[in-house]
Amino acid sequence: MKALSLAKLPELFSLVASKEALYIPADDGAGSARFTRYTEGLEMTDKLNTVRSAKDFFFPQTENLVDFKLKGKEIEISDPRTEHEDFVLFGVRACDARSFQILDKVFLVDPVDTYYQSRREHGTVVTLACTKPEETCFCSVFGIDAAAPEGDARCFIEGETVYFEALTGKGEAFLETVSPLLTDSDDSAVKAQQEKTREILQKLPLKNLSLEGFGAENLLKLFDSEKWAELSESCLGCGTCTFVCPTCQCYDIRDFDTGNGVKRFRCWDSCMYSDFTKMAHGNPRVSQLERFRQRFMHKLVYFPANNDGEYGCVGCGRCLAKCPISMNIVKVAKALEGEVR
Amino acid sequence: MQELMIAKAKELLGNSTVNRVLGWETGEFVYDITPAVFESAEELDARFVYNAFCGNNLSKYLIKESRKEGKILVFLKPCDTYSFNQLIKEHRILRENVYVVGIPCDGKTDGEALKAKGVRGITGIREEGDDFVIETLYGEERLARADALLERCTNCKSKKHVVYDELIGEDGEVLASHRFDMVEKLEAMTPDERFAFWRNELSRCIRCNACRNVCPACSCEKCVFDNDASGIAQKAAADSFEENMFHIIRAFHVAGRCTDCGECSRVCPQNIPLHLLNRKFIKDIDSFYGEYQAGEDTESRAPLTNYTEGDVEPSVVYERGNN
Repeated sequence: MKALSLAKLPELFSLVASKEALYIPADDGAGSARFTRYTEGLEMTDKLNTVRSAKDFFFPQTENLVDFKLKGKEIEISDPRTEHEDFVLFGVRACDARSFQILDKVFLVDPVDTYYQSRREHGTVVTLACTKPEETCFCSVFGIDAAAPEGDARCFIEGETVYFEALTGKGEAFLETVSPLLTDSDDSAVKAQQEKTREILQKLPLKNLSLEGFGAENLLKLFDSEKWAELSESCLGCGTCTFVCPTCQCYDIRDFDTGNGVKRFRCWDSCMYSDFTKMAHGNPRVSQLERFRQRFMHKLVYFPANNDGEYGCVGCGRCLAKCPISMNIVKVAKALEGEVR
Repeated sequence: MQELMIAKAKELLGNSTVNRVLGWETGEFVYDITPAVFESAEELDARFVYNAFCGNNLSKYLIKESRKEGKILVFLKPCDTYSFNQLIKEHRILRENVYVVGIPCDGKTDGEALKAKGVRGITGIREEGDDFVIETLYGEERLARADALLERCTNCKSKKHVVYDELIGEDGEVLASHRFDMVEKLEAMTPDERFAFWRNELSRCIRCNACRNVCPACSCEKCVFDNDASGIAQKAAADSFEENMFHIIRAFHVAGRCTDCGECSRVCPQNIPLHLLNRKFIKDIDSFYGEYQAGEDTESRAPLTNYTEGDVEPSVVYERGNN
């Protein structure tokens, strides 16, 4: 394990930023935090997490896929991609770190999404262990240990010291970059911090949420549940939950008319929207009940059924905090318990 | 109050005045309350709640609910009654299918507002005198109620119910609020400063449409921005100004109809002070056409859909735009 004085963290940031792009969670001036490109003087937030998840860096809200240009009677087709720059995403929490693995299962299976893949290859994820989880946190339900986050490298801020540990080759390369600033250290302070954090994690009100029975075996029972009507009754049909979610990965592909050509882009989509998966005959999910059901069936049933039991949720709690009507995956899972147990 | 409301709801369900009750339902924590329809005394006893976290304006749900079979009881806070009235005026709610019970409100807050004050890990909240006493995973915290309210409640415009069939408690008065103070500050800025202010605020928009979908004035059957055939439906911004335009267009569309209920700013996940756009319109309408509060009544002609000889001339734009 390596150590750095907390006071020297800005020096570390400067050093990293001098070699590649660095993003850290910083206050946005409006009471929340967001991942912001590091420039001299930018400070890391003391907020637990950002409103927008870290998925933005691998799966941005919009991106151009291909350009078509009319030249006389010819159509020129070009790939608008430029080589991505290497970047470090610093201060990612354990929940978001796990979300990358879930997104990998969507974008890195055959056929590989090369746009996503390129960003993943260029990015180094340095996670930060949680010490003060919120009541809305329930990552432990998904086997995530907030006290020992995954990632390429992880760090722990304890007292006046930051401890670092590499977990992958990329993580080792990151520590090598900043090695002039680091000293060797034992891990006793980190172990003590983890013990303390895990005690708090044990006290979290949602830690006992059980997803037993949510899977392919109960698909139809869950799909046909009468509870959906009640649960979706006051849903506004906005996209807040889907856009702040680190694992929501649905997108739309559309053409933008530039006047003498077309830019084909993709953008985040939301199953809550009326034109989601709209086809020639319309939206197959005609009411909000069906759209609402889709979101939770996807996360709790379809995704695990297709991905060895892995749920499409990491328990980050963003939807709990941000839904305008406070309806969320925890309430849904609890309401549907009776159908599967 | 909660007990009185439950008793009233049971009474009106019991004597068949109504067949459903629109109110608020408890959640996992104290603050995560969801609007809900109750159909029986058992449901009311089990889940009905009314406390400082019942901020949701229930009026808009009545567009749909008042078209269902039977009559529905709705509990409306003073500011919600303005939205209700405005929707009546726009013929969006079937009045005869709604039984309105006015309830008092002494200001609302939400989990986000408490967290903005630095409170972490909320496990319980109770009110003691003028304070919220908050139990957290990290110890007990005390916040003065007045410091933890939603912005709209710190600038409450009225404690008066402008419409009701029945009232629980005493009715209040229209208040002299300071709600235009921030608008005045924006007006005092140079155009460049003001432009920078809004560019910064609106740059955080993620286009989740929560502001639009919660807004009682945004009651179009199909929003032009959701309509593929409109030619302007875009899920992605073509440039960095498109999201800005969305909010500006929306503000224009609700101008003269927005009651300043503040739901847009309450629900914005990015804390964009959207209410300021609407308040600017309200303030201008007040000064151009005389004091007007949308939703105050259901009969009068609204200033922007009326003509009088005293109406301001278009040239006022040039006179005012010269700062």
